[in-house]
Amino acid sequence: MADIVLDKVSKKFPDGTTAVRDVDLEIADGEFVILVGPSGCGKSTTLNMIAGLEDISSGELRIGGQRVNDKAPRDRDIAMVFQSYALYPNMTVRENMAFPLRLAKLDKETINQKVDQAAKVLELTPLLDRKPANLSGGQRQRVAMGRAIVRQPKAFLMDEPLSNLDAKLRVQMRTVVSRLQKQLGTTTVYVTHDQTEAMTLGDRVVIMRGGAVQQVGPPQELYDHPNNLFVAGFIGSPSMNFLTAKVEEGTLRTALGDVPIGDRIRRELEGADAPRELILGIRPEHFEDAELVDDDTRRRGMEFTAPVDIVESMGSDKYVYLSVEGERATSAELEELAADAGAADFSGAGSNLVTRLSAESTVTEGEDRRVWFNLEKIHLFDPSDGRNLTLHEGRAAGTFAD
Amino acid sequence: MADTTATRAKVRWGLLDVAVVVFALTPVLWIMSLSFKTPATLTDGKFIPREWTLENYRTIFATDQFVRALINSIGIALIATTIAVVLGAMAAYAISRLDFPGKRLLIGVSLLIAMFPQVSLVSPLFEIERQLGLFDTWPGLILPYITFALPLAIYTLSAFFKQIPWDLEKAAKMDGATQGQAFRRVIAPLAAPGLFTTAILVFIFCWNDFLFAISLTSTERSRTVPVALSFFTGASQFEDPTGAICAAAVVITVPIILFVLFFQRRIVSGLTSGAVKG
Amino acid sequence: MSVNSTPAGADVAADGTDTRNGGHAAVPAQRNNRRGKPPLSENKRAERRLGWLLCAPAAFVMLAVTAYPILYSVWLSLQRYDLRFPAEREFIGLQNYATVLSNEFWWTAFGVTMLITVVTVAVELVLGMGLALIMHRTLVGRGIVRTSALIPYGIVTVVAAFSWRYAWTPGTGYLANLFADSAPLTERASSLAIIMLAEIWKTTPFMALLLMAGLALVPEDLLKAASTDGATAWQRFTKVMLPVMKPAILVALLFRTLDAFRVFDNIYVLTSGANETSSVSMIAYNNLIRGLNLGIGSTMSVLIFITVAIIAFVFVKLFGTAAPGSDDGERR
Repeated sequence: MADIVLDKVSKKFPDGTTAVRDVDLEIADGEFVILVGPSGCGKSTTLNMIAGLEDISSGELRIGGQRVNDKAPRDRDIAMVFQSYALYPNMTVRENMAFPLRLAKLDKETINQKVDQAAKVLELTPLLDRKPANLSGGQRQRVAMGRAIVRQPKAFLMDEPLSNLDAKLRVQMRTVVSRLQKQLGTTTVYVTHDQTEAMTLGDRVVIMRGGAVQQVGPPQELYDHPNNLFVAGFIGSPSMNFLTAKVEEGTLRTALGDVPIGDRIRRELEGADAPRELILGIRPEHFEDAELVDDDTRRRGMEFTAPVDIVESMGSDKYVYLSVEGERATSAELEELAADAGAADFSGAGSNLVTRLSAESTVTEGEDRRVWFNLEKIHLFDPSDGRNLTLHEGRAAGTFAD
Repeated sequence: MADTTATRAKVRWGLLDVAVVVFALTPVLWIMSLSFKTPATLTDGKFIPREWTLENYRTIFATDQFVRALINSIGIALIATTIAVVLGAMAAYAISRLDFPGKRLLIGVSLLIAMFPQVSLVSPLFEIERQLGLFDTWPGLILPYITFALPLAIYTLSAFFKQIPWDLEKAAKMDGATQGQAFRRVIAPLAAPGLFTTAILVFIFCWNDFLFAISLTSTERSRTVPVALSFFTGASQFEDPTGAICAAAVVITVPIILFVLFFQRRIVSGLTSGAVKG
Repeated sequence: MSVNSTPAGADVAADGTDTRNGGHAAVPAQRNNRRGKPPLSENKRAERRLGWLLCAPAAFVMLAVTAYPILYSVWLSLQRYDLRFPAEREFIGLQNYATVLSNEFWWTAFGVTMLITVVTVAVELVLGMGLALIMHRTLVGRGIVRTSALIPYGIVTVVAAFSWRYAWTPGTGYLANLFADSAPLTERASSLAIIMLAEIWKTTPFMALLLMAGLALVPEDLLKAASTDGATAWQRFTKVMLPVMKPAILVALLFRTLDAFRVFDNIYVLTSGANETSSVSMIAYNNLIRGLNLGIGSTMSVLIFITVAIIAFVFVKLFGTAAPGSDDGERR
């Protein structure tokens, strides 16, 4: 077991493209860290560099305090679980799991004992003599995990290990992975493009975009206090709503009405080069049916009226889509997020607002509805660089705060 | 209604199939038929023998000329196939898995050799082999066979190797294998079917050769069956060599027919994968 | 399976080395970056070493048995060198070439070879396409058809040639008897026709297999879409299948053309080159092994080599094929 340190690690391909740029990351011994981001963000390349499957162009990689840049994968003592599972089709489950131990030239007895033990942990014992072709997707996944844990390596690397499973099994395996990691206490780096997986699994999440780290932190912190527009838009499902907001006469003109701003934000916006046009971000759950809000809560937010487009009842709550006037907020980050979601050239029904209201709400489709939102939870972003203006000393406290 | 059109389509395909089968098999059946004919009925022009005999086979297996040639054919083809497949597998692995300068050059060279007019090599090889003492020996034939089989082997094997999931090799490396171990313990077992198919194709190529065999041999010491066949014609110990030639021809056709019968699918996939992707 | 991500990564790496070698000067920033530490990691260098090591034996054999002899052949072709009169061996420059190129037999053989090549390849393309369609699409007995089509491919050419020879031998053959009182293998035109028949029979299956590989690349949905769009079977063939198959067709044509140009076995067995049916391979062989004239034989070898090179070059230039493997490593 060991810590993993990435010190200004970069990956440049000889054709000039930079896949990973100056990544600094310290992963503590026993920590479970998730690398997440849209495809092409460099997360897999980073993982492959830690594994030794790709060369590091510059920077230093240390595992357990030791520089391993030029070490072959076999000399780094780390195990990897692949998206495709990469089970050797010509070997049985037992042989697959024993393979790394046999390469390490352990004696037969030890090998058998270790394999049996790992098989027991993953409930693979009855499958040990089968070939991978005769296993289900979930079973294969478990064999791949088994092959990784059997040799008790310094660290586990997992490259989207659950993405080939169907939705239900994925949720189930998520808990298996999580429990296993806690049980073994082995340092783990886990790559995924699924933000739900990132939020639920890791001690800390690293959000990457275009080869650079955007923000590192515990899931809840990333959710509540996103550094920038990209992180805000990437984390959360349904994702944060973004609206344009013009700075005029000490307030923010938005499609939801004039939003008041506190002293700190005002000071920030007073500078000569301060942006005149901002992006306002509100998460769906920070809206509420105005009828259901008590007075105390009401004071912390503001209200607006908008026509109700669609109501999706989830049972526990309602997703309500509202039509609001005004132009859609645009920025490079938002376009990239839309492209990742596959909706870059498909704007759908126009500038809709996604809100998550209590199940008790009597909202119906077609009516105009009065809706409240929490001013303490909104974020303001600078469209030019995506910076979160509401963030003060790492905490976001709405536009209101002083 | 739909049923009858389906039946009609089947009948139409069936007739085409029959045409293909007849076209493909007639010459083979004809030479088989000749090999079973008695000398008296040999020239009757009938497609099916009126009297059957194994005399022709007995005759050829009684002569040293044929038995020796058969041993030469088998020995030379097997050795050449083994070496070509081993060397080809090494090169194909490097081509499909590794990144190194000179890779394209190697691919280009083997492509050139695949198109090389073999007769252009006959005169220089004749002279070179005479000087080196390789003329009329097994190695004298094995060498050119390996050379011309290598492009075929490299293309077919690279196509097969590329179908092996790349992740497996990475996984093996992560599991602590060296590049060499990754090849021997993970890739090689998966590549075995491809190796086998390639071996069949290469064997057929070596077994088939006539030009090198007739140019680079002069005695029974290393003459292969196709060449020996052509010399039956002038040999005087047979009154009429036709029956013997046909019997010998059938004998060397048997392995081909066995290959084709048992490994049709593999041969087709080997030839087509090498052709398109290679 | 991460078919998407990993091979793509491998591609970049594969392209990478090429650009690194060629385009180093163009990217000075990168070079600076690499200065001061080993330019290649242990891994990368090991990979290169292994690559060379694995390819070396194959490359060595191929070059030793082709490149050296062909150069030697050029040298021999510049000499008067007849093994029957070894004392008269001397350097005579291009005189052998003058002799061969002004020789009527050479040009007849050249004409015969060209004729055989053009006719057989053309016929094989049509028949091969038909056979490929049958093998690919037949509703019944696909296995039987494929198996029987492979027999001509696999059979020893000499064996097949004997079969054709006896088939056309008057008295003995079932085919000769169809045409009363003739001996087709003693006349030039019919001899050539029989040689071509034998060639076509033997090599059509190979052509068909190459074309079938191309057919397999035509997506079934594309054909369905075309037929719902109202295309007839012929239109589907010409407008949808042929364009997709074009690379496969060109590769098949190239290989078969060069192969047909080497025709030897069938002629040797069927006519021995009598009645002006010799191909260039046949005439070169006769000069060398029967005539023991190494000088003239080598000259012919070199001329044949040059002709083949020209044909290959023309194919590549005209159709931009040569693709079979020229970009092998990088393509996928």
